[in-house]
Amino acid sequence: MPLDSLIILQEGTRLKIEKTAVAGTMESSDIMVTLSPGSVGGIEIELESSVEKQFGNAIRSTIQDVLTELDVKNAHVKALDKGALDCTVRARVKTAAYRACNCDSYQFGGQN
Amino acid sequence: MDTYKLRRTMMFVPGNNPGMVKDAYIYGSDSIMFDLEDSVAVDQKDSARFLVSEALNCYDYNGIELVVRINDPRTKVGKDDLTAIVCTRKAIIRLPKTECAEDVTYCENVIAEIEAENGIPAGSTRMMAAIESALGVLNAREIAVSSKRLIGIALGAEDYVTDLKTSRSSDGIELLFARSVILLAARAAGIAAIDTVYSDVNNMEGFEAEVKLIKQLGFDGKSVINPRQIKPVHSLYTPSDKEIQKSLAIMDAIKEAKERGSGVIALNGKMIDKPVVARAERILEIAHASGITF
Amino acid sequence: MSLELSSIPHLEEFCALGGSYSDEQNLQPKDVRTLAERSLHSKKLVNDLDEAIRLSGLRDGMTISFHHHFRGGDYIINMVMAKLAEMGFKDLVLAASSLTDCHFPLMDHIKSGVIRRIETSGLRGKLADAISHGLMDIPVVFRSHGGRAYAIESGELAIDVAFLGAPSCDAFGNANGYSREGDTGIMCGSMGYAKQDAEYAKKVIIITNNLVPYPNAPFGIPESNVDYVVQVPEIGNPAGIMSGATRFTKNPKELLIAEYAAKVIENSGHFYDGFSMQMGSGGASLATIRFLREDMIKQNIKVGFALGGITGSVVELLEEGLVRKILDVQSFDLRAAESLKNNRFHQQISASYYASPSNPGTAVNQLDVVVLSALEVDTGFNVNVLTGSDGVIRGAIGGHPDTAAGASVSIVVAPLTRGRIPTIVNHVNTIVTPGRSIDVVVTDQGIAVNPARPDLKDRLIAARLPVCSIDELRSKAEKIVGKADPILYTDKVVGIVTYRDNSIIDLIYEVKE
Repeated sequence: MPLDSLIILQEGTRLKIEKTAVAGTMESSDIMVTLSPGSVGGIEIELESSVEKQFGNAIRSTIQDVLTELDVKNAHVKALDKGALDCTVRARVKTAAYRACNCDSYQFGGQN
Repeated sequence: MDTYKLRRTMMFVPGNNPGMVKDAYIYGSDSIMFDLEDSVAVDQKDSARFLVSEALNCYDYNGIELVVRINDPRTKVGKDDLTAIVCTRKAIIRLPKTECAEDVTYCENVIAEIEAENGIPAGSTRMMAAIESALGVLNAREIAVSSKRLIGIALGAEDYVTDLKTSRSSDGIELLFARSVILLAARAAGIAAIDTVYSDVNNMEGFEAEVKLIKQLGFDGKSVINPRQIKPVHSLYTPSDKEIQKSLAIMDAIKEAKERGSGVIALNGKMIDKPVVARAERILEIAHASGITF
Repeated sequence: MSLELSSIPHLEEFCALGGSYSDEQNLQPKDVRTLAERSLHSKKLVNDLDEAIRLSGLRDGMTISFHHHFRGGDYIINMVMAKLAEMGFKDLVLAASSLTDCHFPLMDHIKSGVIRRIETSGLRGKLADAISHGLMDIPVVFRSHGGRAYAIESGELAIDVAFLGAPSCDAFGNANGYSREGDTGIMCGSMGYAKQDAEYAKKVIIITNNLVPYPNAPFGIPESNVDYVVQVPEIGNPAGIMSGATRFTKNPKELLIAEYAAKVIENSGHFYDGFSMQMGSGGASLATIRFLREDMIKQNIKVGFALGGITGSVVELLEEGLVRKILDVQSFDLRAAESLKNNRFHQQISASYYASPSNPGTAVNQLDVVVLSALEVDTGFNVNVLTGSDGVIRGAIGGHPDTAAGASVSIVVAPLTRGRIPTIVNHVNTIVTPGRSIDVVVTDQGIAVNPARPDLKDRLIAARLPVCSIDELRSKAEKIVGKADPILYTDKVVGIVTYRDNSIIDLIYEVKE
């Protein structure tokens, strides 16, 4: 596993993306996000969306933003989108990321 | 007139369902309660928590009162729920299965820590407590006064009847004591009293009968599990034209008596005493908050 | 015996007189066969489709027509086109009243040149997708039901041969969408769109699986309009033709929209005893009827006539006495089809009677209220029911522009957003119904009234309905879903959208992938 598959928490605890993890469902208005350790370096996003033409770019950039916020630098993201709103995309990516790191020291504060 | 906070309906929304979380505000309930507890599978607690907290951060829900039911704050899951939701600064924390005052104060202390750690004004997070057991009902009075953060207490009947070793009936006789105690405790503490859910969505007659009962008992409102249940509650709770006209006449009589400097107030030959005035005021408050112009 | 014709005063007035009668001139022998024998040997009854096609005189480049009363269960179009391909026909113009996703085999006939171009109310599924991506050289012409009737009447759409499937027909061509005898389990109720083609096509071939004794009365299509009758084993799949009864929605958002729509109708000034209405078959439209029903009973108001595509929900009101008459151009479900068969106040009407702009008394012009659906509505109240938010064709015009123009109050019901797709937008992808004919847009998050109707706006505000501007709805939608990227198109026109008067209201371009 590449060494830079990491989540750096605010406290400085470094955790690795240790496994493939899934969050979300295939239901309407949801997005199923599968996060695995990256193989090529950087964030690789594979998106299949029912609203690709209108929101494909927005979804990809949200996925990228959330992973950047979480300081994940190297990951493969597979996302099956059924018209999820932005906040749902954010929530599912976060959930998948923490799960993939086997981490439950969540950071919620400091956003506002 | 102070803005009276209507809590006729509190709609339960499963916290891990994006479609329902997104649309919850369009149905016109007075409050929305996102659930992280019983409606969320044990292995999806993290997922629901992120979904609800992101949604709260994103949307204003048209200014509707928002409540989040968390898991037991003494567990890791419940503590995480608290942290996530308190940090949004958007929702009232609903404490499940409250049995005694210490349950509330424990949760309150955790909230205070989270507020302090995250620069959130101390005391700004409000709470409500759900009473769902025999012990909880017996301790309702101390629970109701246990924290200044409490805006109300609610009955959770499903767990309660199980605890009593009975089940729910159509006339609700098994809940009468708990309802009365919870209502008294809430009124004595000056906070809201919210009734439990009615699970049979297809039985509108049974539902309306129960709403009439709890309204007559004095409850502020009812927990609802389907948007279809909202309208019947609101129409039963909305004062009739006759009630409004009568209340307006009472208020006029008071005004007139004051102008005359008279202590004795009468309307149509009947004495108007303090409780009558208070009831009239409340009817007008509810009517006003329901958007009725008069 | 000889008559003195010159004794008739003013003989010059009577030009059609055939002279004196004589047995010698009347050589045709009297037909003394039984009715059964005559039926068996009817000259209109041909052996098979091949023969009917040959007799019809169809040639390359001609225009053929079909109806869509069999919806997704239709076998006729694919069967006839396969036969025409086999017989070597080329360059045909296929003018169907509409096409659905079961018609994807047409793609092969387009590629092989059997079909040169298409006219239809709508396209769905694989065929629609392929056409949106440039399958055809000549653009598809989209017409509303009223617009198609008008195009047929005015000669703009001249049909050479109509191939009309019918669930019952006798040997002389009396055809209908149901049968009073020998029911084969296939019924489609009204044959409203087929009636139009039968009346105007140069040659009419009825294709049936159910040859019934003469006379097949009541009939939707009279024998005088029919040239040939072909019996085939199967004309369609009953399950695809119609469902038992259109299901009542339990979707809370649709119910909310329906409740608003019912209140809009009740406060529109057009809710009076004897008012007329048309409701679509969408979940919210159907639910609107339920909400309206309660207040009709309370206020003792009855519907004078209900028009359109008819569903079981409308039939229930007829049977309850809350609707006096039904005018049915298309039966949406079995309940409606059975009512058409059994209730004499449920009347079958043609596309022209329904919606043709050439007919000033057309039924749509007698509507008080219509409730319509939409894929998109823009801030100019223009409505799109034809192309999806991705620019791909996925719908049908139907009677949308016809009823919107005709009804005194036209109400569009739609959720503010579908998943992440906004319904209220700055510009619809395709204009099907012009904004000037749309009066009210009802969403789950507010009701917008066309500024051209301040009277309606005042009424709805007085009724304390959540009235807001269409711009507010649009920005609310955008706030929820975010800003959508524009759809990219090439400069190739794949569809021409016509308005009901045969003018061109919009163009559909090939979608760029």
